Amino acid sequence: MASSENNGIEVRGLVKQFKKGPKAVDGIDLDVAPGEIYGFLGPNGAGKSTTVNMLVTLLPITAGRATVAGWDVATQGSHVRTAIGAALQAVALDKFLTGREHLKLIASLQGITGDRASRRAEVLLERVGLEDAADRKVGGYSGGMQRRLDLALALVHEPRVLFLDEPTTGLDPQSRTALWEEVRRLATDEGVTVFLTTQYLEEADVLADRVGIINAGTIVAEGTPAELKAEIGAPTVELVPASDADRARLPGLLAQFGTEAAPEVPGSVAVRLHRGDDRASLVSIVRAVDDAGVAVREVRQHEPTLDDVFLLKTGLTLEGAASDADVAASEPGPRSPEPAPADPTAEPVA
Amino acid sequence: MNETFLASRAIAWRHLYKWISVPANFMPTFIFPLIFFTGFAGALGKLGDVRGFDYPASYASWMFVFSLLQTCLFGGLATGFTIAGDFQTGFMRRLMLAVGHRNAILFGYMLSTFVRAALMSAIVTGVAFIAGLQMLGGPLQIGGMYVLALSLSLVGTMWAAGVMFRARDPQLGPAMQIPMFLAVFMAPVFVPLDVLQGWLHGAASINPVSYIMTANRQLLAGQAADVLPAVLAVAGLFVVLLAWALTGVRSAERAGG
Amino acid sequence: MTTSTTSTAAPPTTGIINPHATGTSLANQVGLLARRSVRSSLSSPAGYMPGIVMPLILLTINSSGLSAATRIPGFPADRYLDFAIVITFMQSALFATSSAGLGLVRDIESGFLDRLALTPMRAGALVVAQISGAIAIALGASLVYISIMFITQVDFHTGPLGVLALLGLSMWTAFSFATIGAWIALRSGESEALQGIFPLLFATLFLSTTNMPRDLIQADWFRAITRVNPVSYMVDAMRSLIITGWDGRVLLEGAGVLLAVSLIGVAGCARSLRRRMAKA
Repeated sequence: MASSENNGIEVRGLVKQFKKGPKAVDGIDLDVAPGEIYGFLGPNGAGKSTTVNMLVTLLPITAGRATVAGWDVATQGSHVRTAIGAALQAVALDKFLTGREHLKLIASLQGITGDRASRRAEVLLERVGLEDAADRKVGGYSGGMQRRLDLALALVHEPRVLFLDEPTTGLDPQSRTALWEEVRRLATDEGVTVFLTTQYLEEADVLADRVGIINAGTIVAEGTPAELKAEIGAPTVELVPASDADRARLPGLLAQFGTEAAPEVPGSVAVRLHRGDDRASLVSIVRAVDDAGVAVREVRQHEPTLDDVFLLKTGLTLEGAASDADVAASEPGPRSPEPAPADPTAEPVA
Repeated sequence: MNETFLASRAIAWRHLYKWISVPANFMPTFIFPLIFFTGFAGALGKLGDVRGFDYPASYASWMFVFSLLQTCLFGGLATGFTIAGDFQTGFMRRLMLAVGHRNAILFGYMLSTFVRAALMSAIVTGVAFIAGLQMLGGPLQIGGMYVLALSLSLVGTMWAAGVMFRARDPQLGPAMQIPMFLAVFMAPVFVPLDVLQGWLHGAASINPVSYIMTANRQLLAGQAADVLPAVLAVAGLFVVLLAWALTGVRSAERAGG
Repeated sequence: MTTSTTSTAAPPTTGIINPHATGTSLANQVGLLARRSVRSSLSSPAGYMPGIVMPLILLTINSSGLSAATRIPGFPADRYLDFAIVITFMQSALFATSSAGLGLVRDIESGFLDRLALTPMRAGALVVAQISGAIAIALGASLVYISIMFITQVDFHTGPLGVLALLGLSMWTAFSFATIGAWIALRSGESEALQGIFPLLFATLFLSTTNMPRDLIQADWFRAITRVNPVSYMVDAMRSLIITGWDGRVLLEGAGVLLAVSLIGVAGCARSLRRRMAKA
């Protein structure tokens, strides 16, 4: 029997296997507390969207058990659907209907009709900034407008649990920030539980109370962003050499302080400092470089990021990865060809 | 009000709204039945003089019954294409996420197709009157004729929905159209069953659509009608195709919409 | 300078256009593009099979269902099949409207037509190629129908030369309709416009003498429609080769109508292509 007070998500041993394919989701366990924002990270094909599709009752589960808002997704699908809202990866709208007509249609499908549906549509159109475009057919909407309408549609019936599958993919920075604020408001002011998949680590870092990292269908790490970063512990120091000759000498010189890491600046050398080693510090490195007569133009220290966590746990980097559809096959996604956004924790120190 | 009914009504509203507001959707459903009717009724009138063809009303009346059934059944096919289109654009996922009971989606499409068939039947009737339609039956008989015909719009929708909830691809339209096409044409379309010869006579004798067509022609002409076989044919088709359509919805659920 | 051009819209066609096309004759360009068009059409059986199969189903059912028509005094054939088989040729010709038109619309929507302006290829070659592709498909269908005529022992009154004449007339009909399809595609650039015109073309087929000779049509209004409907003359010309023999007047009427429709289609295509390329 479900409890109407329970807005959480509970997943035990969840498995999804497609015909003649590997297990897209391979026995995951999850607990999302009511009112919590849970960030679900993973590369393309890791199983993020498959997990979401099972939790929102779009895909039947192969094995395991999952409850959303207290209802079993396998046997109480209609109750689950009444309790949840979902904005999925592909924005599916009817190009011949207007924004307002979409909202009224979805409201009617949820049993909200008449004036109540009209009022709800009005409120949501204002909240997502589409009042002016409300009576235009969505075939003429920009990608960002369609995403905003998609979010509004997910909120029509005031859901207790909200699933957002890569909701900011394709949004401009301004719209992305606005969406983050709205998601945060829903969680804090209205107590909505949010299950958010994303490929943007910054998004998970800024927004999520807790983060789960999925790779090849299994959860490889889980915790608050701070806890996960603390697992990495030591920062990374990156030196930009003055010349090629200096660059050649740096790896040997730095080996005593830590293990080589991927640099951010092309041509520079980076080292992740050994944890618990007092000698492994920024000051020691600067001194050693100075003593060796190696010229550097710049020294940067990076605090651990979720990308570092991701790299450690999966051997892959995630930030900026292309936002292709999450496919069933569990293959590691390619490294992003795009440059990573500036690390907010980077401190230029020299 | 019951939530499933509300959801069905909303889906029916969207379907009808799109039909009326988008000419590309409206025109084919509007024009094809009229083309078939005027083409056949206009060209084949002399068939009424053939020995064994003793229908009391005009040949236009004879062909009107065929066109009415065709309008209703083929209206279901158009709905099948709408369903396939909704799968292709992903809109079906939205519907499947938004409704509590997913059978409501099927019922919504059935409701809208029924309403659309009623409107189309009115138009076909109007054109048929211009072309020489004679209604010799009483109000009850004529009413019965329309009820039997309109029930086929539900039958057609359930058939098409069952195919498209499984196929989820408009490219597979012929798999939905050809059996329906055969069901409509392997019947006493142009002349009475007794005048048909060869294999078509055999096929038409076991085709349930033949019973409905024959009964409707008798009702239109005010003759003693073989209504019971027609009602049994509709009921049989209804039961079988409802199961076909509902299992189709389950198939789409398993595939993830 | 050599230019490499590949279509992004139609994956099966990628690489068909020779990067060394510079300097090739117009005929070569048309050949290359027509091969691309046919390959693209044939890559999707769901696209062309109904166009071949549906007329056959309709023929099979109607030749049995309407066999009673042969008992009408003055009906010009002993079997309804002999009278009706010409409809299959007409229907495959009608499908040429959409195969040529939709192929061009795809090329317009994908920007392929505009990109041709940057290559040594001539845009006109693409239009001719799409029309040729549509005719090639209609030819395939017609050969199927001719085989069926032999199998079902249709009494062909004009002999082997008549078979060739029938094939020629049906290809000319396909060409006429293909030019109309291409014209609409070039003018509108939208597949909706083509889909919208198809029911009208279908209407012209049904509101003609396809199902009954004009003399035996009872309804005056319908007889009047068949008289002004150009499709009646195309059908009558093709049909006369099968069931009548060499009838100069009917053949001339058919050829005259085909010439008029073809000229209108070609002129329309040329005008719309000029306008479109001027905008590009």
